[in-house]
Amino acid sequence: MKASATPLGSVLSVGAHVPRLRLPRAAIAEAMAWANPPSRAAVRGSRAVANWDEDALTMGVEAARCCRVPSPQSLYFCSTTSPFADRNEAVFLGAALGFPEELQTLNLGSSLRAGTNGLIAAARRADTSTLVVASDARLTRAGSPQELSYGDGAAAVLLGPSNPAALASIVATRSIGSDFVDHYRMNGKDFDYALEERWVRDESLMKRVPEVIAQLLLDAGVGADSVKHFAIPASASTAARIAAACGLAGARRDASVLAECGDAGAALPLLLLIAALEAAQPGDWILAVGIGQGVDALLLRAQSGAGAAEPALARSLQHRHEETSYVRYLSHRGLLDVDFGMRAERDQRTAHSVSYRKRDALNAFVGGRCARCGTVQFPRSRICVNPDCRVTDAQEPYGLADSRGRVKTFTEDWQAYAARPPYVYGNIEFAEGGNLLMEVTDIDAGELKVNDAVRFVFRIKDEDRPRGFRRYFWKAAKA
Amino acid sequence: MASGIKDKVVIAGMGCSRFGERWSCGADDLMVEAFEEAVADAGIERDRIDAAWLGIFFDEQSTGKSSLPMSMALRLPNVPTTRVENLCATGTEALRGAVYAVAAGACDIALAMGVEKLKDTGFGGLPERTKGTFEDLYLPSSTAPGAFAQLASAYAERYGISMADLRRAMAHVSCKSHENAALNPKAHLRNRITEQQVLDAPAVSYPLGVLDCCGVSDGAACAIVTTPQIARSLGKRDLVSVQALQLAPSNGVEMSHRSWDGAHTLTTPLAARRAYAEAGIRDPRVQIDLIEVHDCFSITELVLMEDLGFSDPGRAPSDILDGRYDRAGAIPCQVDGGLKCFGHPIGATGLRMAYEIYLQLLGRAGDRQLHARSGRGPTIGLTHNLGGIPNRNIASVSILGLIAA
Repeated sequence: MKASATPLGSVLSVGAHVPRLRLPRAAIAEAMAWANPPSRAAVRGSRAVANWDEDALTMGVEAARCCRVPSPQSLYFCSTTSPFADRNEAVFLGAALGFPEELQTLNLGSSLRAGTNGLIAAARRADTSTLVVASDARLTRAGSPQELSYGDGAAAVLLGPSNPAALASIVATRSIGSDFVDHYRMNGKDFDYALEERWVRDESLMKRVPEVIAQLLLDAGVGADSVKHFAIPASASTAARIAAACGLAGARRDASVLAECGDAGAALPLLLLIAALEAAQPGDWILAVGIGQGVDALLLRAQSGAGAAEPALARSLQHRHEETSYVRYLSHRGLLDVDFGMRAERDQRTAHSVSYRKRDALNAFVGGRCARCGTVQFPRSRICVNPDCRVTDAQEPYGLADSRGRVKTFTEDWQAYAARPPYVYGNIEFAEGGNLLMEVTDIDAGELKVNDAVRFVFRIKDEDRPRGFRRYFWKAAKA
Repeated sequence: MASGIKDKVVIAGMGCSRFGERWSCGADDLMVEAFEEAVADAGIERDRIDAAWLGIFFDEQSTGKSSLPMSMALRLPNVPTTRVENLCATGTEALRGAVYAVAAGACDIALAMGVEKLKDTGFGGLPERTKGTFEDLYLPSSTAPGAFAQLASAYAERYGISMADLRRAMAHVSCKSHENAALNPKAHLRNRITEQQVLDAPAVSYPLGVLDCCGVSDGAACAIVTTPQIARSLGKRDLVSVQALQLAPSNGVEMSHRSWDGAHTLTTPLAARRAYAEAGIRDPRVQIDLIEVHDCFSITELVLMEDLGFSDPGRAPSDILDGRYDRAGAIPCQVDGGLKCFGHPIGATGLRMAYEIYLQLLGRAGDRQLHARSGRGPTIGLTHNLGGIPNRNIASVSILGLIAA
């Protein structure tokens, strides 16, 4: 396939969310080495683990929020760990992000190339703007090599028509498909089944990736030695071999994502691309690869926006909190059945007609602002809450997701059911006025004080296990 | 122009079951226990009761809905019965229904019954409940201790008091109630505790520990109310009269508006002000002889001393530590042990508060009997009953006074 005569669209902005909780690989090894002693290299660094209230959807929302741009025309949600097999997640993401109903949506899954598939498909529609969100929260068996190497994370890339302030333009893409089952997971199963790494490296990666890259570079008329950044989703040692085979040994390869996050599935190629964009200078050539029963390769050229944008990925990687308990991580991911007492038996049946009626409040954290007195309130109500106003039917929708708050009261409840005790909640006063009793997340005992500043994040609220339904809402987190 | 309730209705008789873990009793047994005492105390045939109000909160844990459980347990002769509920202020709500019916002239003698059977859930603590189909989708699944514990974080910050000092005042609140309950044979908890035990108790919801929290109890209490004339015709000489009955519910300001400070209840001062006006009380600190307030948690009682006007803002901790609200203090609070020790069977609590005031005013409080500053017995008492949480609640205040023979 020749490179397109017209540009394939540009990267306008990017976002990333690597979960704050970082489980040192040494802690995993300490817990599980009795079963499967790992290699020394495998236990360096930490893997990012989604908090109990994070999943592919919530991480996708967080990553997408970093893309500070006007509403895109399309949204692609790319994941191999979507919570819902049938419930339009791209639509749900769009709702959480406050996008209008006219947003065109696409859900991609089934392959670790879901994210790069999304990028290539969006790049080919260069006349529209598409937000590609790739996100995975990956379950791994205790003691497995994957437990050490996989991680959780989300990336968002906004693609659109070329413009001079873009981060990078996409110059060429190439894809091949090949049913090489290096690993797999059937529907309804929690864990990947992985085959021998040496076979995968020798028969798949070393044979197919260099061939695709060579053809891509040939078609684009760009020499391998011109490529400054190589975003290749493979272990450090395998990446080095692939790079050498492609003539890309001189290109920069990011080490931070695997060291501090891990292999984040469909999100990994996009996170590595974002790492490259954060390191790139205008004019640099960037080569990004996706691997999953075939190969995707994209050639990009950094534009004037590269290096100028806020480093969302670097910031997310730095925003870390050490998870000190391997056992608690197992519980958070549903891999350990802990007795949380009878309060956990509470029936969480949803009144779906209510959650639909209140969808903007629940999904997008939209409250009301009284047109007469200016009071901001949540939830939006028929009658203004301001005791000096109380006018009927004068409130306009007012979004609070991007607001800030102050802790007015709080407690750390050890009696309430919490997946990560204590259950922390308090009255949060919004900067523009208004108050809401809210759950505080990403917090442990002794960390919150009255007057602390908070921001708002989209998280799992709770789960109706008997009926299989997960509910989401906004929570406060220390800013 | 409404003239208020003062002295239109008196209490002819009261009853109160023993509160506690009443394993051998259902809600019906508890109602019968309280009712029999009240009927004997009033000196009437039970069929003279013209109408009855039932207050129960967790109906799904015991009786089921409507007023029928009371009519059936007591075998009332098909007289009008009504179920009322206002969260933990349910007991006072039942009293309000009965009192207003008599004051309106709609009936001569009315019954107010409050009951709760909490110990059939199969586990400790209060059961989980829905907060509403919409509310469940966005509010935290807070517990009662967690909801009230937040008062402490905001109070400490507002008045610049260290949490350690605030907790000491809170501990004194609990210890004082335990001292009082030791004299009360009907109380659930009658053990004495120390302030250090309160401070060292296991954490429930920061900064509350186990001994800052009232427990879970079964119980019932009831009042038979009538006009002063009918009471006298029954041979009563000293009459305990309803002098004020006022409610102030939240309307959303605490939940959604920035003006609420999180350190007090917005509603209690409103209800108290109205009650003092209705009863003609100009100086509550001097005129009120004893108080029963809603001490679901130690911090709640602390804050209520200011909300009811007995302590100046920010002064409650030092007043408490000075013993102002102890049994021997200027304004004895929870003389019967309060929610903390007598217990908190939710629907019964408001009426149990009235029961202690009633006994004290009539000089029938036994070992607990107070003698007011003048040397005579107390003549005016106040009950404060709060349903809900600091963010969202109903405050109900009643004032009972003695009309001497």
